[in-house]
This record gives sequence, structure tokens and C-alpha cells, in this order.
Amino acid sequence: MHLLFEPGFFASGPVRTAVVIGGVAAVVSAVVGVFTVVRSQSFAGHALTDIATTGGSGAFYLGFNPLAGFIGGGVVGAGAMDLIGVQRVRSRDVATGIVLGAATGLAALFLYLDTTSSATTGATQQILFGSIFTIDRSTVPVVVVLSVVTLVGMAVIRRPLLLHSVSPELATVRGVAGRGIGLAFMLALAVSVGLSSVAIGSILSTALLIGPAAAALRVTRSIGAATVVACGLGIATTWLGILLAYDSADWVRSGQGLPVSFFIVVLTFLSYLVTGVPAVRRLAGRPGRHPAPADPAPADRAPADRAPAAPAEG
Amino acid sequence: MTDVPVLEVDRIGVSFAGRTILDAVSFEIRAGEFTGLIGSNGVGKTTLLRIILGLQRPGTGEVRVLGAPLSRHRRSLGYVPQKVVLDPDVPLRSRDLVALGLDGQRFGFSRRTKEQRARVEEMLDAVDARRFADSRVGSLSGGEQQRVLIAHALVSRPLLLLLDEPLANLDPGSVQEIVALLHRVSADHGVSVLLSAHEMNALLPVMDRIVYLTDGRAASGTTDEVVRSDVLSRLYGHHVDVLKLHGRVLVVAEPGTDAGDIPDHPTLTAF
Repeated sequence: MHLLFEPGFFASGPVRTAVVIGGVAAVVSAVVGVFTVVRSQSFAGHALTDIATTGGSGAFYLGFNPLAGFIGGGVVGAGAMDLIGVQRVRSRDVATGIVLGAATGLAALFLYLDTTSSATTGATQQILFGSIFTIDRSTVPVVVVLSVVTLVGMAVIRRPLLLHSVSPELATVRGVAGRGIGLAFMLALAVSVGLSSVAIGSILSTALLIGPAAAALRVTRSIGAATVVACGLGIATTWLGILLAYDSADWVRSGQGLPVSFFIVVLTFLSYLVTGVPAVRRLAGRPGRHPAPADPAPADRAPADRAPAAPAEG
Repeated sequence: MTDVPVLEVDRIGVSFAGRTILDAVSFEIRAGEFTGLIGSNGVGKTTLLRIILGLQRPGTGEVRVLGAPLSRHRRSLGYVPQKVVLDPDVPLRSRDLVALGLDGQRFGFSRRTKEQRARVEEMLDAVDARRFADSRVGSLSGGEQQRVLIAHALVSRPLLLLLDEPLANLDPGSVQEIVALLHRVSADHGVSVLLSAHEMNALLPVMDRIVYLTDGRAASGTTDEVVRSDVLSRLYGHHVDVLKLHGRVLVVAEPGTDAGDIPDHPTLTAF
């Protein structure tokens, strides 16, 4: 046991805070992440992390808790992207790019001010790459409440959201308001990005959002199963990352532990690679094609808009 | 009660950018009837179906379901859109998509009841989808996906099932299977069917009525009433012949006339 759990691991207050916040952030990220991948909104998720960086660095400069900035920035960004989304696809891409550029530029300014005003380079590291061991314990209740609200919200909208994600047209026919569903989901995405920004930093929060979800989607047969597996993977990688980072203090000569985010991202990446191995997918029973007895699948896709009528020739 | 039509399309007109898409199109569908909406590509079939579903507002005219305005009975319509793109990377089983036909619009935590789960299984059997009920819908062939989409539309017990070009991009074998399936489901479940197609021959054995659409105008009735040289010539505004060969129908324009708007017009070589 000593090999893995260094003495003092469970007794440490910062570790306990990290375990709670990391676990909660992993669960919210996994639940929201599954839909993010299914809806092909990974880019929106990434865009939100940039805007969350601006919010987080700004909040740090003004002396607020970065969490407020991460989430505030994300929510404003989500609203802005929804407004932009009304327009045509090309102008939407351009506008997203311009807003992102401006937000990142602002983040550069805030991070510069953070560093110079507090005479430490720690701010940049904390905002961009997270520092889960230095989180104040008073943040825990806020994180938990936000997570519960987000998870309950996701549970409430899950069916219309799923149908809309699978086919907006089928959802519209059943009376699902696509606009409202899309906005509600963007808000959940913003909160999720904010929570994982606290855990592993704003720049890396996409890793926790997309990684476990994408890995889970490879080896499962239903959205429900994918969500459960993604939560498991997210919690496992986060907690293992925290453990390894804690242990790593003994590995390097300086006695300073390596960043948690590094371990979490590496583990996430590994889990994604492993779930891509065909043998693993078979083990998980993910059906590729069903065993079709004498089913003319390729011909089925061939265009056949002309019936084999005898052309009138003569 | 039974003589109230399930669907009344009453002088529907649509113009877009100064061009008339639909010009006073009227027809009725009664309980259990199988109706083909026939017309070449771009003639306004999808527009008409979307108006019937309430997804688009007509310029003029009115749609009534069971004699009442559409909004009252929107739940009574089932719809299979054209070109539903189902992603093979999404873990959604055929069974899940059918179940979303029951509660895909519903918010909240409610679990599916035993009756609902039984209803899903019943529909999977009705469309012969048992074999791939647990496969990802995105990985199925076009014909198989079409069956699942039909079950998705039927599971909420609509009175009328609308299908937009369900036979396009299927091989001839699958076309026959889907047509036979729809005919059987329509009879077994007492559902009226309105199906759009640009080719009528596959539907001739099962169609009770035909709505023949060209240039914004429609002629409707039984196949024998509509698919006639005089009726279609009047509709097209130029002379066309209707040839019946081996149980098939060919609509043929005189050489030299524009035959672009004749559905599945056979390529004629010089006489």
C-alpha cells in the first residue's frame, strides 16, 4: 500500500479538497462531455475554455475567486455564441474566431497584471493549468452546489437533448424547441468548463470534458452506459492523477510535486488510446455492424431512383 | 365520426421570391388510406409535407386534422423526414431511437413504464427490426434505418404517418420491402399513410389514392382517376400519354416537349 499511497495522503486537508473538487468536476464534465461529443460541439467547448480563461484571470486580478470568473466568463461566452449562432455558418465561424481572439488578448492582459501585481508567476500557472492542491476549502460547497444543479438540469433535459442531438429535424417534429435546448446545453457546458478549470486549469479543461466522454463512446452501446463509463473514467483519471502528483514530490530532487493537470491529461489520453484498440472494443461488446445474414448492405446504399421499367424503345 | 377525413389539405398556396411553389393544392385523406404524393424532384413535395406538419406556414389555405385546425392534433401526425443522417459513432441503439418516439419531447425524470417498453418491442417487431434492435442505428444500412425511423414515428400511435421520399436511395429489393411493410403496418395499426415519391410504380399495388403534383398544381383521386392521359395532360398543360405496360405505368411526353417535370420519365430514343 505504501508504494501507491504515500504516508499522509489521506490525512492531508488540501488532498481531501482536491479529491472532492476533482471528483465532482470529473462527473459533471463526463455527463456534459458525452453530449458535447454526440452534438459535435467540442469546438464550442474549447472556445468556452478560452473565454473562461479571460474570466478567471480577470477575477484573479480583481481579487475574486477565479471560479466566479471561470463560470461568469463561460456563461457570457455561451450566451454570445448562441447569439452569433443565429447567423449563417461562415459568419458564425468568423465571429467566433474574432471573439475568441479578443478574449484571449484580454486574458493576456489580465494574466500580465496578475503576475506583476502579485509579484508571482503563480497566477498564470494557476489559471491556465490549475493548481488543485491550493484550492481554498470554502470553494467546496459552491462547487458541489453548482455541480448538483447542473447534473439535475442535464437529467431533466436529457431526452429532448438526446433527440435533438441525434436529429434536429426529428426533435422539431415532436415539438422540441431546438433553440431553448441548445442554449440550456451551452449553459451546462459553461458551468462544466468552469468547474474543470478550477480542477485542471482553463486551458486543459477540454481534456476532462472531451477525453473520458470520447473514450466511453467508443466502447458503449447506449448513451446511458456511455455516461456511466465516462464518469468512471473521469473520476479514475482525476483521482489517480492527484495521487501520482502527490507521490511525485518524492520522485524529483526539488521535493516539489509535479502538476496534477499533467498526470490527469496523460491518463485521459492513455484511456482514449486504449479504448481505440480493437480488442478492447470487442471485449466491451461494442457492436460494429450486426451480423447480417445475407443482407445486401452495400447495394442498399446505391442510388436506385429509377425502377427497372422497360424503356419504351422502338 | 368516421366520415371526418383524417387530413384535409384545403387550397394550400405558397410563393417564394415571386415564384409560385404550390397553387391551391387540395386533397383529403381518410382513415386507413394509403396515399402517394407523386411528383418530380423540386416540385414542392417536401414543402407540402412541412406545411401539413405545421413546420412551415402556408401563404394561403388551411390544413385540418380530424376537422380541427392543425395545432389541435399535431400529436396525431408521425413523420419520417428525408435524409436523416444518423452518426455511426453515436451509441444509440435502434431500440433507443424507437423509444425516443414515445418520450423524446418530454422533460423530467420519469422512467419508462412497462407498457411503454412493451410498446417499443411491439414496434420493433412490426417493422422487422428485432434482428438489429441492439445495434447502433448509425451503422445500419439505409433500408434498416428506414424501418427504425418508421417505428420511431409510429410508436406514439399517430393517425397519419407522413414519409418524405422514404424510397429514395434504396435498392429495388429494399424498396419493395419498405412498401410492403408500410402497407402491412397501415392495415394492422389503422394508420393512414401519406408518402412522397418521385416514382409511382413501386406504389401502384398499395396506393388507395394518389396526389399527383406538378408545377404547383395537384390532381388527386384513385390511381385510375388520376393517372390518365386527359387528366395529366391538363395538369401539365401539354399533351402526355399514359402507357400501361405489364402492370407498370409510364407517363410519356411528346418528343420535343420539356419532360423535365415528369416523374421518372423514361429516356426515349428516336423512333
